[in-house]
Amino acid sequence: MSAAEDTPVARRLRSVKQIIIVCSGKGGVGKSSVSTQLALSLRASSPTARVGILDVDLTGPSIPRMLGLDGHPVHQSSDGWVPVYADGSEARLACMSVGFLLKKKEDSVVWRGPKKNAMIRQFLSDVRWGELDYLVIDTPPGTSDEHLSLVEHMAPVHDRLSAVIVTTPQAVALLDAMKCLSFTRATSIPVLGLIENMSGYVCPCCGEVSNVFSTGGGAEMARSEGLTFLGSLPVDTELVTLLDAAEAERPGEAAALPEGGSRRSFDLLERYEKTPTAPLFKSIVDRILERLSSGPHGQTQLNQAA
Amino acid sequence: MIALQQATPAPDPLSVPANAPEHCPGTESELAGKADACAGCANQEICASGQARGPDPALPLVRERMSSVKRKILVLSGKGGVGKSTFTAQLGWAFAADEQVQTGIMDVDICGPSIPTILGIASEQVHASSSGWSPVYVQDNLGVMSVGFMLPSSKDAIMWRGPKKNGLISQFLKDVDWGDLDYLIVDTPPGTSDEHLSIVQYLKESGIDGAVVITTPQEVALQDVRREIDFCRKVGIRVLGLVENMSGFVCPNCKNESQIFKPSTGGGRRLAEDMNIEFLGAVPLDPRIGKSADYGVSFLDEYPDSPASIAYLDIIDKIKKQLGDA
Repeated sequence: MSAAEDTPVARRLRSVKQIIIVCSGKGGVGKSSVSTQLALSLRASSPTARVGILDVDLTGPSIPRMLGLDGHPVHQSSDGWVPVYADGSEARLACMSVGFLLKKKEDSVVWRGPKKNAMIRQFLSDVRWGELDYLVIDTPPGTSDEHLSLVEHMAPVHDRLSAVIVTTPQAVALLDAMKCLSFTRATSIPVLGLIENMSGYVCPCCGEVSNVFSTGGGAEMARSEGLTFLGSLPVDTELVTLLDAAEAERPGEAAALPEGGSRRSFDLLERYEKTPTAPLFKSIVDRILERLSSGPHGQTQLNQAA
Repeated sequence: MIALQQATPAPDPLSVPANAPEHCPGTESELAGKADACAGCANQEICASGQARGPDPALPLVRERMSSVKRKILVLSGKGGVGKSTFTAQLGWAFAADEQVQTGIMDVDICGPSIPTILGIASEQVHASSSGWSPVYVQDNLGVMSVGFMLPSSKDAIMWRGPKKNGLISQFLKDVDWGDLDYLIVDTPPGTSDEHLSIVQYLKESGIDGAVVITTPQEVALQDVRREIDFCRKVGIRVLGLVENMSGFVCPNCKNESQIFKPSTGGGRRLAEDMNIEFLGAVPLDPRIGKSADYGVSFLDEYPDSPASIAYLDIIDKIKKQLGDA
């Protein structure tokens, strides 16, 4: 690793200011939905903010669906892969996922570690992100190949890395979240904080709050592990429905739009901001931004000069 | 450049060794040892000589150990957090409810083992004897093996790449003293990767009786489940059927049912129809299921009259029927 400072990944990510890894240990706790919301909220946090979202869940990519970009092709340029822009010509929300590379969306990606490693390296070194204020990386469950590859390849930009841990409140999920935390500690990635997702469900009929997956476990874990508790999010059926985007199945029309952009998905931000979760998530993002500006790397890294 | 839509003929995913370089054509391939990717691989000569087309040395041992296991069932899903482990546990308990039936549960989710917690045996350890590792017994006829029993602390993360996971799975299959089993249920992690390929590879000769695929109703989950079913077809595993979990929620206050995870594209039932597999049933979301899992008690025993229990039992009957055991 003598040339650690000048790998293709380092060169490519030189123009990215902050890299936020969203991880959880457990599957199905809402990593992808949190990543999507994080990307949308960061984009909305300033009129000039440029955000990228990279989906490294190679065998179960969900980000294209959630951004309403299912079926978009990725174009190759002389300077690498062109990401798919969720906001069309404004080009402030760039997205890359293995989902864009599949011929048919139901095709399974059956890869062992070495191939996953190669794909991740390509994602990190060959995508033409351009200048980005934030790159959000959505990860698969577990602490295995994808995670190790990410950390390994991003070693030259380690001082710009940080993580957000997502969990649901029940004990079984917290157990895996602990493992994920151990992983971030072992690899010395600063943790911006913990989000408790699916914390309570409001009955649309009578307004009664049910703790479908119990509640409070995330806050408790944050306290005992000395993490910032970023907030809890209830199950929001409007958000689930929005991100599940039933009407996105129009590949023909989508493909016809220029530059991989789509009008419909830009509406996504407007519609997202109307969901009950959006204001809750805004305060989470405010906390994240605060942590980023006060330097979450204080304990681990020398300051990074711009 | 784009590695995905293979330039070389499609490799058989099952023949790619766990420690292979990127773009390994697979040891069974005509190109084994001769493709560009093989340059520099430690096994290149062996592959090129054709010797590697022989079987993994662990295979005969696995076959011998598995010869005393009647039925081998995989629980799969593609998507995480849909209830694979919870379902595996219920299935185990339901099989073991008959004292004559010997059941084993093998947890190959190495990075996130939940089975020990769900079965209430999280603090147990594995003991080794001359006949192999003994499983941890929940009751006389329900043995369990999980990497969770081998960690010094539940906080420890297993940060393993594929080859090590593969090694542990082969040990689970050849070194665990399961004894005579009527059913071995294998709980898997989400996705279609190393663990899945390993288990399929090692059990190929002994034969897998089938896979139960679990989903939740929303399209984001169904997408991953479609990929999992595609995987089953690619590797030739029979799909016993599809279970839709977290299907509808009954408010404890007003008793009205609402859809937390809306089946915007028709849910599991429609998916099963489209892919021509059996729809085994839908289990409603009941907060007590998650709670039982956290406390490590059997939901079926605790709340036998709940709609979710009835749905579970009905599904288990159908699985037995599919297997020809009912």
